[in-house]
Amino acid sequence: MSQTAWWASESLWRKSAIWVTGVSFIFLIYLTFDTLPYIKAGGTNVPGFSVINKRIDYQYNEAKHRYLPVIGQDEPLFGKMLTEAEAEALVSKGKLTTQAKNCMECHTLLGNGAYYAPDLTKAWLDPAWGSKETREADMVAFLMNPTDKLHNSIGRRMPNLGITEEEAKATVAFLKWMSAINTMGFPHNFKPLDQSDAPAAVPAATAPAAAAQP
Amino acid sequence: MSALGVFSTANLNGGQKLGLKYLIVSLALFGAQILFGLLAGLQFLMPDFLFGVVDFSVNRTLHVNALVVWLLYGFIGGVYFMLEDEAKHPVVGLGLGNLIFWVLTAAVVVVVLVYLLVQVGPGEMSTIWFINEGREYIEAPRWADIGIVVSMLVFFFNVVATFSKGRYTGIAGVLVLDLMALAGLYLAGMTYTPNISMDQFWWWWVIHLWVEATWEVLVGCIMAYMLIETMGVRRKIVETWLYIEVALMFGSGILGLGHHYFWIGTPEYWLTIGGFFSALEPVPLVAMVVHALFDSGVHRMKNSNHPALGWTISQAAGNFFGAGVFGFMHTLPQINLYTHGTQWSASHGHLAFFGAYSTAVIGFFYLAAQKSRGNVWMSGNLPGNGWKWKWGMALLWIGMIGMTMALLIAGYEQSQIERAIEGSTWMGYFAAQGHPWFTQAMNWRQISGYGFLLGYVLLVWDLLTIGKGETRPAEVINSEAH
Repeated sequence: MSQTAWWASESLWRKSAIWVTGVSFIFLIYLTFDTLPYIKAGGTNVPGFSVINKRIDYQYNEAKHRYLPVIGQDEPLFGKMLTEAEAEALVSKGKLTTQAKNCMECHTLLGNGAYYAPDLTKAWLDPAWGSKETREADMVAFLMNPTDKLHNSIGRRMPNLGITEEEAKATVAFLKWMSAINTMGFPHNFKPLDQSDAPAAVPAATAPAAAAQP
Repeated sequence: MSALGVFSTANLNGGQKLGLKYLIVSLALFGAQILFGLLAGLQFLMPDFLFGVVDFSVNRTLHVNALVVWLLYGFIGGVYFMLEDEAKHPVVGLGLGNLIFWVLTAAVVVVVLVYLLVQVGPGEMSTIWFINEGREYIEAPRWADIGIVVSMLVFFFNVVATFSKGRYTGIAGVLVLDLMALAGLYLAGMTYTPNISMDQFWWWWVIHLWVEATWEVLVGCIMAYMLIETMGVRRKIVETWLYIEVALMFGSGILGLGHHYFWIGTPEYWLTIGGFFSALEPVPLVAMVVHALFDSGVHRMKNSNHPALGWTISQAAGNFFGAGVFGFMHTLPQINLYTHGTQWSASHGHLAFFGAYSTAVIGFFYLAAQKSRGNVWMSGNLPGNGWKWKWGMALLWIGMIGMTMALLIAGYEQSQIERAIEGSTWMGYFAAQGHPWFTQAMNWRQISGYGFLLGYVLLVWDLLTIGKGETRPAEVINSEAH
C-alpha cells in the first residue's frame, strides 16, 4: 500500500470531524441564547399573553414585504379584560387542551403537525367564522360539539373529543394569542376575517359552515 | 454451535442474542407502522371510515410513533449485534440489558394500548403524564419519556463499558459520542410550556437533531460495520469515510436545524442560516453514495450477504434522494413559505425515513437471519435465485416511490391552490383537498401503500425462511485480516 495522501489521512478527518462538530455546536448554543429573547412570551416576536385583550389583525407590511400581525385597540376576549397572569393561565389551559386532545395529529400549528385538517396558526382570524360578533361563541360551540356541524364539501369531520366549555374557551384564548405571533409572513397572502367596526356585510353565518363551498 | 441452516440462538454471541430480540420487535413494529399508515390513508379517501372509533389522529399517532420506535429498536438491535465482534469482548452488563429490553417492550405495549383505547384526556397535566403528550413524533407520555431515557442510559452504559474493556475502534469512538448526544437531546423534549414558539423551538432540537444529525451518524456507524463484515472493506478506509461523513453531517446538519426556524416566531436571521446550511445537507449524502459505490466496485460486489449488501447500497441511494434531494427541493425559505405544512413534507418524510433508516435496519435483519442459522451462505445462487428478497425489496421500493411521488403531486397542488391562489384560509385548504389532482394523488398513494404492504409480507416470509436447510457456510470474506 502506497503512502496515504495527506488529504485522505484518517487523523486529518478525525480532527476535522471533532472540530467541525464542536464549532457548529458552539454556534448553535450562541444562536439559541440570541433567539430566546425573541420567542419568550412578551419577547420581540412573540406577544405577552395579555395580547388577547386586544384586537389582532394580520396585514401586509410594505416595508418588510411580508404579512405581519397588527395589534389594535382593546377588544377583550369574552368581554373580560384579563391581567397578564390571568391571561397566561387561560392560554396555558388552552395549550394544554390542544396537547391533551392531540390536535397536532390532524391539524398543523405554525405549520407543524399532520395534514388532515387545516392549519390553526391564524384560526382566530379565519374568514370561515363569518363575523367577529359571533366568532367567539361559534368557536366555543364548534369545539364542544364539532361532529355534526358542516365543515366542508369533502366529508371530513372533526371528532367529538369531549372538550368542556372551560377547555373550549381556553383553547380559543390560545388560538387568539397564537395568531399574534410574528411568523415571518407565514401564511402568505392570507385574507383575514373583516374586523372593522362597521356592521358586518354578511349576516352571521353558522360558522364554519361558510367554508362549506370551496 | 448448532448445525448449518437450522435456526438456533446458540449460533449467536450474547450481544447478538439480545440484538436479535430488539430486531424481532423492530420488524413487528414495522408491520404496525404500515397497518396504521394504511388506515390513515384510507381515511383521506373515506372520511367516515372508523370515524369516532379510531380517528385519523389516532392512526397517525400510531403510524409515526411506530416508525420512531421500530427504527430505534432496529438501531439498538444493530449495535448489540455488532458490539462483541467490534469490541472483541462479551457485552458488559448483558443481564441488565436483557432486563431493560423486557421493561422497555412492556412500556411500548402499554403506551400503544393507551393511544388506541384511551386516545385523549382532559386538558390537564395528568394527560401529559399518563396518556399523550400531544406533540408529533414524541407523543409518548412523560412517564414513558423517563423510561426511555433510563433505557437509553443502560444501553449507553453497556456500549461504553464493552468497548472500554475490549477494543476501542474508530467506529466505537464515533458511536459512543453519538449515543451520548442522542440520549441527551431527548431531554430537550420533556418540558411543558404554554408558549408554542418556545415549545416548537426545543421540540425541533429533539426531532431535527435526532433525525438529521445523530441518527444519520448512528446509521453511519452500523453501516460501516456492515461494509467490513459483509464485504471485507479495510477498516482504515471505512473509518476514514466515517470521519468525513461525521464532519459533513454535523457541519451541515447542526445549523441546518435553522430550516425549522423559519415560521415559528424565531428571528429573521434563521431564514439565511437555515437556508444556507440545509442547502449543504445533501453533501454528506453524496459522499455516502460515492463511498458505497466505490467500495462495492473495488470488491467487485463480492460479499457474504447479498440481501444485506443490496439494502446497504439502496440505503445510500435512498438517503441521498429522500433526505438529500427531496429535502433540498423545499428547504429554502422562498419556496418553503408555500410548501411548509403541506403534503410536500409528507412526501419528503416518507422517502427520507425509508431511504435513510428503514433500509439500514432491514440490512441488519438479513445479517441476523444469516448468523442465527449458523452463518449460512447468503451470496449468489440462493434457492429460487433469491426471488423472495429481490421481490420483497422491489415491492417495498416501488411502493415507497409510488407513495412519495403521489404525495409530492398532492403537495404541489396544495402549494399552488391552497397557498398561492387561495391564501391559506380554511376555504382554500378545503378547495385544495377536494380538487381532483389531490384526490387522485391520494388514491395512488393508497394503491402504492398496498404494494408496500405486499413487499413487507415477502420480506417477513423471506426472513423466516432464508438459509433454512442451507448446507453451504457463508462465503469467507476475512475482513479483519487487513
